[in-house]
Amino acid sequence: MSDHATHHDDGAHGSVKSYVTGLILSIILTAIPFWAVMAGDFSTLATVGVIVVTALLQVLVQLVMFMHLNGKAEGGWNLISFVFTAAIVVIIIGGSLWIMYHLHLSMMQG
Amino acid sequence: MATNTLTNHDTHAHDGHEHHDTGATTVFGFWIYLMSDLLIFGTLFATYAVLIPGVAGGPSGKDIFELPFVLWETALLLLSSFTYGMCVLAMNSGRVGQMKSWLLITFLLGAGFIGMELYEFHHLIVEGFGPDRSAFLSGFFALVGTHGLHVTFGLIWILVMLIQLSQKGITPVTRRRVLCLSLFWHFLDIVWICVFSFVYLMGAL
Repeated sequence: MSDHATHHDDGAHGSVKSYVTGLILSIILTAIPFWAVMAGDFSTLATVGVIVVTALLQVLVQLVMFMHLNGKAEGGWNLISFVFTAAIVVIIIGGSLWIMYHLHLSMMQG
Repeated sequence: MATNTLTNHDTHAHDGHEHHDTGATTVFGFWIYLMSDLLIFGTLFATYAVLIPGVAGGPSGKDIFELPFVLWETALLLLSSFTYGMCVLAMNSGRVGQMKSWLLITFLLGAGFIGMELYEFHHLIVEGFGPDRSAFLSGFFALVGTHGLHVTFGLIWILVMLIQLSQKGITPVTRRRVLCLSLFWHFLDIVWICVFSFVYLMGAL
């Protein structure tokens, strides 16, 4: 049983080091945007930029360090299905905002 | 897929229909479920984002979000994600006692998170800022509530695993379930990153 994980790829790899690295990076990437909003003296645009970038980085850190997402497990199908789903999500959110923003503008003019 | 996942050497532990399947295929299937769950959260985020301006004369995010409170919620959930990782490592080295300790710590951290979220929801509703107050609050409660519901089910799953580990120990079946739960739990932490970033932090600007 103990050599189970080394024989086939059931998502059980990972080490104390990868989890600790993930935790420390996550703490830093959480502290930065909270600090930028609560204490930082930046323009709104800069603060939004900080929030978006740190959020995306932290998602990436946890996907790799905690969920062990890589291009090798399951012949790459884990990664491919994630990229596909992420693309759909970006289209749903971006498309909704885009359409509703312009609808809002047209209604204001009307 | 089938080329690298079905090297079955757990021939001693088969129950019923699962005899052709080691954990890997099930864990991959669970990953696909998580991707569909991601679509649910994606649509809820889109709905919330569209409804932000619809405050109907009520409060906006700036009026009701308390960032220090959210920071503590975030800390609890992030730590619980880490402690669950420790549980999986304990399982890999075959230490069932350690596993149960880490699971218990994960449960307590997750329960703390849910307790804080329920307090926040209760507080808002008592003040008259429930989901029926405005489109913005409907979107907020739907998104954050769905995440909280997921975490609640994760907590129930952790309890079930604690019982099963006590009864069966580490078998291919309990191992597979612990691995699926680990994906579920880390996934919820990742969704929470988006919630605290795009709902709370941006809402407080």
